[in-house]
Amino acid sequence: MTTKELQKTANEVRKGIITAVHAAKSGHPGGSLSSADIFTYLFFAEMNVDPKDPKKADRDRFVLSKGHNAPGLYSVLAEKGYFPKKDLETLRHTGSYLQGHPDMKHIPGVDMSSGSLGQGLSAAVGMALAAKIDKKSYRTYCLCGDGEIQEGQIWEAAMFAGAKKLDNLCVIVDNNNLQIDGPIDEVNSPYPIDKKFEAFNFHVINIDGNNMDEIKKAFDEAKTVKGVPTAIIAKTVKGKGVSFMENKAGWHGKAPNDEEFATAMSDLEKVGKGL
Amino acid sequence: MSEIKKIATRESYGNALAKYGAEYPDLVVLDADLANATKTQTFKNAFPDRFFDCGIAESNMTGIAAGLATCGKIPFISSFAMFAAGRNFEQVRNSIGYPQLNVKIGATHAGITVGEDGATHQCLEDIALMRTIPGMTVIVPADDTEVFAAVKAAIDHKGPVYLRFSRAASPVFYEPDKLKFEIGKGITLREGSDITIIATGVEVNYSLEAADMLEKDGVKARVIDMHTIKPLDEELVIKAAKETGKIFTVEEATVIGGLGSAVAETVADKHPVPVHRIGVNDVFGESGPWAELMKKYKLDAEGIYEQIKAKL
Repeated sequence: MTTKELQKTANEVRKGIITAVHAAKSGHPGGSLSSADIFTYLFFAEMNVDPKDPKKADRDRFVLSKGHNAPGLYSVLAEKGYFPKKDLETLRHTGSYLQGHPDMKHIPGVDMSSGSLGQGLSAAVGMALAAKIDKKSYRTYCLCGDGEIQEGQIWEAAMFAGAKKLDNLCVIVDNNNLQIDGPIDEVNSPYPIDKKFEAFNFHVINIDGNNMDEIKKAFDEAKTVKGVPTAIIAKTVKGKGVSFMENKAGWHGKAPNDEEFATAMSDLEKVGKGL
Repeated sequence: MSEIKKIATRESYGNALAKYGAEYPDLVVLDADLANATKTQTFKNAFPDRFFDCGIAESNMTGIAAGLATCGKIPFISSFAMFAAGRNFEQVRNSIGYPQLNVKIGATHAGITVGEDGATHQCLEDIALMRTIPGMTVIVPADDTEVFAAVKAAIDHKGPVYLRFSRAASPVFYEPDKLKFEIGKGITLREGSDITIIATGVEVNYSLEAADMLEKDGVKARVIDMHTIKPLDEELVIKAAKETGKIFTVEEATVIGGLGSAVAETVADKHPVPVHRIGVNDVFGESGPWAELMKKYKLDAEGIYEQIKAKL
């Protein structure tokens, strides 16, 4: 896919996020939107995955450690063809398989149930370790939140990954700088994030996480790194693509009403036309 | 009279892992800097490539096991019960229980038989905690023979299993050829018509001794080894309620939420008779040699006998 095609796909993913969260009348649009370009690149350009065979043994693995960004993951999975896009409108509804947080037992394409912050990276480390034990070449990707890395378990997992030289593991930190209670550096600063991962023996790449070319470059570089895991610190804009949601902590976990939904979709239509 | 062999169930656990490691190539073992105490060291010595020390980071160990299980491995994670079930409760619930992953938790140093380390390390709550997780199987083997059978059954069972082991050496009373072990099926070790004692883990042997003492007083006690607390053998419990009319439960754990509660819930629902729960009565443990503590908390044979006599 060309950069332009990826950008267009990411814009469709964003529309899916807004549609799902609006239909659910709850959920987490802010971080889902900030991660949309990374989700898109991973599933459309980076990972060896097949929506027709979601459990194929040699597939690359993905763990959404910041599980509340389920709308983002579900939207990209639907866009990729794992399940009908129409189903996004059942997000969080009673009886729907699209649970509020990723559920590996019922959702095709979800490799690990997640949502309780701090736990997903450990599972991703386990997957990377399994590949090493079995001498398989698949890679494991794990998306963490910048607020999430306040959890101590993240650093337990990072320490193990660095110590065991899991170079088949790539951690992406969605650094949108906002958590529920406000800017992360005001709540309990995890900065400098890059230096912390470096100290845990990671190869670290800093990028603009809403720039498709920089995303591509980072993932290409990560694949060449031997002997250490990689952490991509992706600087992003929370709520990216929807004018009134951008850089607003209030849109971390809130659904747009009908009027806001119309404005958001019209914003995204405009973005799409400009591409 | 030949001397009865004594061995701690934690030691049997390490031996069982090493034995079955040869039969099951997907079996991997993780520990959190306690391999010498949990006895997973025995597996490490036999299969160093399938043993991973996570260091003092139990939560991460639990998540790694979850990830390994998604890739077809059969991970056993080990630590003291306090950390495996206590510190880790939410990781076990969300990363293993909710996705029903095939992870086995081998928790050693459960209960007050931890001894000298005292209350901070004497986990009394683990049975209760683990029992509340949907789909979690909870097994407390009573002796060396039963540990081997339980570990094998846990490997063959698809889904999460919590196995509880003790630090203290306990007598081996099952003969390997005669033990028929099935998850969820209690074993009646002694017939009796007056009362039923339902015990688990190290308390099974003490309960057999207590039954001998009761016999001298003319009380015929049935003794059941309830090695699986969840799923509970309800049929066997109800049969005991109907036939003996009175049940005593014995566990080296808090009386709140564990074996006693499981039995009481079943009996209350299906055939109400008096159920007396013998265990640690809503207090923390303390330091001391384990045998002295078992005496002090009335959880050895004499203590169980006294507590039963008081309720007859």
